[in-house]
Amino acid sequence: MTDTLKPTDVEILDASDQVPADSIAKKKLGIGFWLAISWLVFIVGLAVFAPVLPLKDPDQNFIQTEEKENAITGRVTESPIQPPYAPSGDHLFGTDSDARDVLSRTIYGARVSLVVGFAAIAFGMLIGGSLGMIAGFFGGTFDKVVSFLFLVLLSFPALVLAILITTLAERSLFTISLTLGILAVAPVGRLARAATLVFAEREFVAASRTLGAKPSRILRREILPNVMIPMSALALLGMGVSIVAEGALAFLGLSVEKGSTWGKLIRTAVNSTSDLENAPWMAFTPIGALFLTVMALNFAGDRLRDYFDVKELSI
Amino acid sequence: MSESPLLVVEDYHVGFRTETGLAKAVDGVSFTLNRGQTLGIVGESGSGKSVLNRGFMGLVSSSRMIESGSVLFDGQQIVNQDRQDLWGKRIAMIFQDPMTSLNPVMKVGKQIFEPLRRHLNMDKGQARERAIELLTSVGIPSPAQRLSQYPHELSGGMRQRVMIAIALAAEPEMLVADEPTTALDVTVQKYILDLLRELQQEHGMAMTLITHDLGVARGRTDEVMVMYGGRKLEHAATETLFADMHHPYTEALLASTPSLAHPKHTRLFPIPGSPPDIVDPPPGCRFSPRCMYAQDRCTTDNPETTSLTDHEYACFYPVGSDAGAEALKHNQDAGQTATGLKIGRAKEGAH
Amino acid sequence: MAGSGKAHLRNADEVLLRVENLVKEFPAGGGKVVHAVSDVSFDVAEGETLGLVGESGCGKSTTAKAVIQLPPPTSGSVVFDGTDLTDLSAEELRQQRPQFQMIFQDPISSLNPRRRVRDIVSEGLEIWGGSGGGAFTEGRVDEIIEAVGLDPQEARKRRPHEYSGGQCQRISVARALVLDPKVIICDEPVSALDVSVQAQILNMLEDMKDRYGLTLLFISHDLSVVKNVSDRVAVMYLGKICEIGDGDEIFKNPVHPYTRILLSAVPDPANPFAGESETLDGELPSPINPPAGCRFHTRCAYAQDICRSEEPQTEQEGDGDHWVACHFPVRNDAPAAD
Repeated sequence: MTDTLKPTDVEILDASDQVPADSIAKKKLGIGFWLAISWLVFIVGLAVFAPVLPLKDPDQNFIQTEEKENAITGRVTESPIQPPYAPSGDHLFGTDSDARDVLSRTIYGARVSLVVGFAAIAFGMLIGGSLGMIAGFFGGTFDKVVSFLFLVLLSFPALVLAILITTLAERSLFTISLTLGILAVAPVGRLARAATLVFAEREFVAASRTLGAKPSRILRREILPNVMIPMSALALLGMGVSIVAEGALAFLGLSVEKGSTWGKLIRTAVNSTSDLENAPWMAFTPIGALFLTVMALNFAGDRLRDYFDVKELSI
Repeated sequence: MSESPLLVVEDYHVGFRTETGLAKAVDGVSFTLNRGQTLGIVGESGSGKSVLNRGFMGLVSSSRMIESGSVLFDGQQIVNQDRQDLWGKRIAMIFQDPMTSLNPVMKVGKQIFEPLRRHLNMDKGQARERAIELLTSVGIPSPAQRLSQYPHELSGGMRQRVMIAIALAAEPEMLVADEPTTALDVTVQKYILDLLRELQQEHGMAMTLITHDLGVARGRTDEVMVMYGGRKLEHAATETLFADMHHPYTEALLASTPSLAHPKHTRLFPIPGSPPDIVDPPPGCRFSPRCMYAQDRCTTDNPETTSLTDHEYACFYPVGSDAGAEALKHNQDAGQTATGLKIGRAKEGAH
Repeated sequence: MAGSGKAHLRNADEVLLRVENLVKEFPAGGGKVVHAVSDVSFDVAEGETLGLVGESGCGKSTTAKAVIQLPPPTSGSVVFDGTDLTDLSAEELRQQRPQFQMIFQDPISSLNPRRRVRDIVSEGLEIWGGSGGGAFTEGRVDEIIEAVGLDPQEARKRRPHEYSGGQCQRISVARALVLDPKVIICDEPVSALDVSVQAQILNMLEDMKDRYGLTLLFISHDLSVVKNVSDRVAVMYLGKICEIGDGDEIFKNPVHPYTRILLSAVPDPANPFAGESETLDGELPSPINPPAGCRFHTRCAYAQDICRSEEPQTEQEGDGDHWVACHFPVRNDAPAAD
């Protein structure tokens, strides 16, 4: 009965690779990332909904009074106390030297600071990213011109450029954002160009060409989704940098003219050493908000890049 | 003949702690290697053939790695020991890609002098002389000029020869060759393999030759060990193994390889599926999900190693045995194996 | 070897693809030029597989890429179905693209990691508008994904990194097939795969070839693989074709000295030439300054004066489909060495 059946008489019919491709473990972003994101969501939420939140009017002067007995007349009068006032149940983070609520001013300041940070980096991504991608993808003269432009932008002293623009133009939210946006063009653009060069070499781009895709489609469908990853990581870092840069401009008295920003708040708070010594809450509330926000942005950016890097490697 | 073996590996394990669990890269492998012998270690990616060698050489510098079992090198226990004093001097290693193991910014000469001066305490002049001798022995033309070149100025074959020269500088007792010719062209591969054999005979070196290429293993080794999913499935003298293989995996591997002996468009016999996940390997025999002999027992029990004279295999239904033939017939009649592989009669035109 | 000539070309009406005098040069800096492919001619009949085999630096991949004009050759003609691709404008060429597709060596690099597998496969249909309507597109994509042995439902959810190397090659094949091409260029499609998986992909390619009536140009450094899949084989060395013809004939009866050395080096126990002790001496000459005459003469045991000055032209060997470019082809086992 031992039929000498050779294995080569038998064929496996189901030749497909039927092992379930489920073995790749999902990478985790980690608790730190989600803490950072929570903070960002929180601060953005506060900024967006500030007008409808039960916050004190940031511009109102909450002058506190005390009853004072006139030593001469003996009459008790209501007389104002010299602000700033220390944190209390009424003003959780105290008030500034004009008796305005620090918490509420910090939250309203976030509106400008975050918009500046976001707008600047959005401008940098849009202009720098597109220029960098197109230059990297097509190469040639355009690439040479764009690369030189980036080099010039990077070599030009950033602060001088910022001072130049802000002194010449009206210091509106738009100009400040544009100034910082121009500064973001070169770093973002160079990253986009470098990443594009790497991905343009990959064979899936060649495959897309053989399918008959036009260059614009290849840029949009094949390159952009890949370049977006390092770009978004940089964008988060860049947003942090822009927010800090706005602070630096404010320090020079070159930030937006109207409204409060974190930079302006800090500047007014540290204007006199006595204020800083006697009323540290005035400076440290906006500094704390700035610090936490920038750190959260940096941390989230780092984690995001690591997360996608690992994924790329594990393919 | 009565000389004690140079390397005795017993129940050796290498694991890596990963996020999803312990990856058992090498799972209880035993073998011995005598001086002057070549052991071929054959397997696909993930079979553990490379980790096995790097493991006992102490080359895996990862805090996630755990090793256990026993490896005696010349009678000395080396598992979980510091093995650095063995490197270069007593065991040397050559890798698949010489570019990654040569320092790209250091001249070739300096890279050869270094082990000579370190292990053999040579002075500059002696080291230079010996380096030229070594480069000549690996067939590098105008060796004196090569000393002042950088690795990128050499072709792939030349680089691998330089690697071999460096590896053999201190006349080690054992050489681990990890896919030494995989990245090279066939004509260069032949040259390198010929060279390795020659040098090995000259120095009486023991060698493990890690390869995925059955042709290379068959032509260049004394013994062959077949690994799969971290385990040893079969081990025999090279001629015995290829003449009378017992493990279905070995057989399947050979049947899936195209051969010059077959006419064009010969239907190949692929092994379905992919190599196993070593973090969560299949129960029982690790090859059972892809094996056309697989019976119920294979899916639950891990087959013990059967030892014949000069031939070991780990299978319940070995090829060439009555049990194997019956298992195959049973599966063919049922139209599928115990793990659900659908099988049928081969198409016409298959070899 | 490594000669020129077109004696081996068949009548234009018998072939689907005809490549004549193909030259591809790259600038190498300092005004130097890399002669990657020099005056190569071959043709492929409909439904045939032509294997291009040779070692690194022989120009086989460059040849294949020049055929599909990515990038276009420096000179020479590539006539596909009566149209010379080198004459077309960019847009005319783009219209022809669906006819010839390519499968690459690296299964990871050839798939976009950020897209879902089904989108990768249907990309071709989307580029060309999927004008047949949604149902046609859906059906076509699912059919192809199933034909290459993958699950269409899974392909909707997953990205390439969730698949094994062999499965990624299946995805590449599916993407290439979706536009119903005539010619597929396979550039080392199984070189990065394990042996057991390699056989799956080779069998699948053969099945797809039968099912969809494909013509293949198959590039590989692995002679056993090339022999298995090819009808005809061309052996290349340093940008030239040495020997071309029926695969079985060339592997059984190689007459070019280089082909013989190449074959003898294959570590295949069944290799009838394994016993030959000839080895390739010296290094591959630089393609920047290739040897005059026969390009192989610097490493050839049979080279004479004429080989150094005059380039051999392809001539018929015997009376079958077997052509060789050599002044002194090695006809039997007792060659007259110089």
